[in-house]
Amino acid sequence: MAEEENRVFGASEASLLIRELRDSFKSGRTKSYDWRVSQLRGIEKMIEEREKDIIQALYMDLSKPELESFFSEISTSKSSCKKALKELKKWMMPEKVKTSMTTYPSSAEIVSEPLGVVLVISAWNYPFLLSLDPVIGAIAAGNAVVLKPSEIAPATSSLLARLLEEYLDKSAIRVVEGAVPETTALLDQKWDKIMYTGSGRVGRIVMAAAARHLTPVILELGGKCPAIVDSNVKLEVCVRRIIAGKWAANSGQACISIDYIITTKQFAPKLIDALKKGIEESFGEKPIESPDMSRIVNAFHFKRLVNLLDEERVYHKIVLGGQREEKLLKIAPTVLLDVPEDSQIMQEEIFGPMLPILTVENLEEGFEVVNSKPKPLAAYLFTNNEQLKKEFVQNVSAGGMLVNDAILHVTVPGLPFGGIGESGIGAYHGKFSFDAFSHKKGVMYRSFEGDSSVRYPPYTPKKQRLLKALINGNIIGIILALISWYRK
Amino acid sequence: MVDLEKELAAMREYYSSGNTRDASWRRAQLRGLLLLLHENQTEIFNVLKQDLGKHPAEAYRDEIGSTIKSINYALDNLKGWMSSEKAKLPKVALLTTAAIVPEPLGLVLVISSWNFPIGLSIEPLIGAIAAGNSMVLKPSELAPSCSSFLAQKIPAYLDSNGIKVIEGGPTVGEQLLQQKWDKIFFTGSAGVGRIVMAAAAKHLTPVTLELGGKCPAIVDFLSSSWDIEVAVERVLGAKFSACAGQACIGIDYILVEKKFYPTLVELIKIKLKTMFGENPRDSHSVARIINRHHFLRLKCLLDDPNVRASIVHTKKSQEVPHSRISCYGYIEPTILVDPPLESMIMEDEIFGPLLPIITLQKIEDSIEFIRSRPKPLSLYAFTNDRSLRKRIISETSSGSVVFNDALIQYLADTLPFGGIGDSGIGRYHGKFSFDEFTHYKAVAWRSFLVDFWFRFPPWNDHKLQLFRHCYEYDYLGVILTVLRLKKPKPSSAS
Repeated sequence: MAEEENRVFGASEASLLIRELRDSFKSGRTKSYDWRVSQLRGIEKMIEEREKDIIQALYMDLSKPELESFFSEISTSKSSCKKALKELKKWMMPEKVKTSMTTYPSSAEIVSEPLGVVLVISAWNYPFLLSLDPVIGAIAAGNAVVLKPSEIAPATSSLLARLLEEYLDKSAIRVVEGAVPETTALLDQKWDKIMYTGSGRVGRIVMAAAARHLTPVILELGGKCPAIVDSNVKLEVCVRRIIAGKWAANSGQACISIDYIITTKQFAPKLIDALKKGIEESFGEKPIESPDMSRIVNAFHFKRLVNLLDEERVYHKIVLGGQREEKLLKIAPTVLLDVPEDSQIMQEEIFGPMLPILTVENLEEGFEVVNSKPKPLAAYLFTNNEQLKKEFVQNVSAGGMLVNDAILHVTVPGLPFGGIGESGIGAYHGKFSFDAFSHKKGVMYRSFEGDSSVRYPPYTPKKQRLLKALINGNIIGIILALISWYRK
Repeated sequence: MVDLEKELAAMREYYSSGNTRDASWRRAQLRGLLLLLHENQTEIFNVLKQDLGKHPAEAYRDEIGSTIKSINYALDNLKGWMSSEKAKLPKVALLTTAAIVPEPLGLVLVISSWNFPIGLSIEPLIGAIAAGNSMVLKPSELAPSCSSFLAQKIPAYLDSNGIKVIEGGPTVGEQLLQQKWDKIFFTGSAGVGRIVMAAAAKHLTPVTLELGGKCPAIVDFLSSSWDIEVAVERVLGAKFSACAGQACIGIDYILVEKKFYPTLVELIKIKLKTMFGENPRDSHSVARIINRHHFLRLKCLLDDPNVRASIVHTKKSQEVPHSRISCYGYIEPTILVDPPLESMIMEDEIFGPLLPIITLQKIEDSIEFIRSRPKPLSLYAFTNDRSLRKRIISETSSGSVVFNDALIQYLADTLPFGGIGDSGIGRYHGKFSFDEFTHYKAVAWRSFLVDFWFRFPPWNDHKLQLFRHCYEYDYLGVILTVLRLKKPKPSSAS
């Protein structure tokens, strides 16, 4: 009915939604292993059966090439789901822990329990993956979930709304589409956890809203991810990987894509030549026309990027590319050399296909440059120098790091994916997702035998001696104190 | 304010110099803390007596002994905690290694509370130091003798370039919260916890909030009289002998079956006398109320006539402060039965020596009772009934659960100590303390030798096929496709 369609999702709708989900959660349904498995299998099935629709939506939202959609969003979501299905039983098991003399006799374990009803707000650049991956974690941990996809990727948003309703249990898993008003209405509610992927500016708003309810948050933000390039590398391979980490990664619109490069003054010309060659090999003579690169997501970001490029002190530092096509929302792979440090393009996260190269005298200086900026989500180093690799890991702080490649570290299932400082709070992926959406409850079992009255009044000197020895786990002390205790 | 900023800038520089990251620095600071505790025990007893009227045995049990234990645990395990952990890789990765590398967060702020002013100041510091950070401690101004003790002694035993104590009240607290920290660790009330987190949000600073809540103790029927006696002793000890009930994990109220109530309350009255004497005030085993505000707050809880009517022990009137002690007042251990559930004493965290007993038809009703209220920091259950225990674990939510005892989980180095919902965010103790002040950095290394050339554009069906196989770890498929022995499936046209 027309009325229903026009009904805005506001405070009362949000309140009703969360109450419904709390009731579902309270019923205990989402806690069962079987329910979690059925939902995860539902997601697996959904991805397999609807691959075409997903690729189509990603193409509509971002002109994302099919291959890129496949390996960066579809396969990754599927792997995430498969891993959860495989490991879930193990993850759900309580972990027995050792207890010490101090609490003897006792046994203890750590029990994982779901947090309750959680909110996942995802981003527009990998709209499918960044919606599904956290939802997979939330479900695996036994929670009820509300997903709010990004309105800036509308085709994927409405596809997710339809698919999740079709394949999953809508009494516990829901999608709310919309923009700022809807998100605000959701953020006013009390959630058991909020996971947000996006910008630092909105991250602050999310955390401030969460603070009102003492809701824990995971914030996956961004930053300027640097790639430091040494001269002793296999240049061709290196350049291919830089391309994979920049232009084949959603045209640079990725939180972990290479934002800028640092290299020595000496090496820069060689690197630029190699980049020229590599870009042509990958995207052809007229890269702006290549179908193998995503477009810029919308007019707003197109304008933002063009402004970065057209800043006076920046524009004539272009050494490659610079072309733009407004109607197609495309900007060619662009490389710049030594733009001023205080130019806008070096102050904010670019999130686009422009790659500034900063030159330094030596690479240790490069480390200092990176450390002088807010901590990024990822930092990259291309070198064969073992000592330099060590210094890089030791002295540079970032969410994650990869040596001699870009982006791939986030596909390693055993590594946590998250930021630090401005680039975020918390981490997920694999078991870290399960942990992120779980409460680890400490459970201790004590028997009625044991030290009881020693710890409590009336406090006699004998008791105090024994107590001291007990707390310090000092066996000799305990024996001596016990001997004097029983002597009388 | 400008001075504070200068001071913090200097601390950041000190941190950047790398001193606090050295294992030797961390060990030296931890040993310094041990020495501080060992050499100043008498003074610590004195300041705890001044601020809270604590008996030395209580002070040792709850604040000195526990922190000594934690420091030793950290020293014993530091090497292991500091080492990187290799991450497993799937075979397709080929020639890549990956590890999780712990690194300190930077400059952290620890704000502690007044009820265990020494213990709750030092315990978080242990984690921050072990993790290699530099730090500022702001002790609670409501425990002034302890605060100035820490302000004097910490610089004397620890590296004051990396570890500072800043004393003060709400104004100083606000100034500190306006600064940018790499972490804020706060112990205190939920109300202030919200303020701390809101301030942290401005700088995207991660927080650990150790808050409180109404921690219930379910007391089930126990057949053995030995068991009942021990249970009662533990309940009374957890309520009255730990800062007179002013403890975040203290037992707030008891839940018991109506049938069992008469036995329980009789035994409680007997045990109270055994443990605290005829006149508990003279036993010096019950701490004092911290200040006038809280003293009046607690008295006010008993002003409600319906609440007053439910008191079964004791009707003695509440006393006015002893002139030699600076802490405020003494409140008699008080037992109530079934005060109205909407009264303040059953709505707010009591944080004092008043113990309501709520009677239920069946002990299983306690589960729903607890579930309908905010999640507490700890939940206690004295029961030998296995199925009840199972239900409690799976159907209630709390920071932690302890069976047949209370408070003792505070001493366990292997259990995470922290809340859920309104009782807190994050956890610490043992390795969890180290983790809470650490950034676990994901690091991976690739070689230049092997490459999956099909990772790079230009794209075609052949490459898509390879991806499919790769992601499904279908190695045979990969080989066949590379050797062009397997024809690629045509991709869907966009």
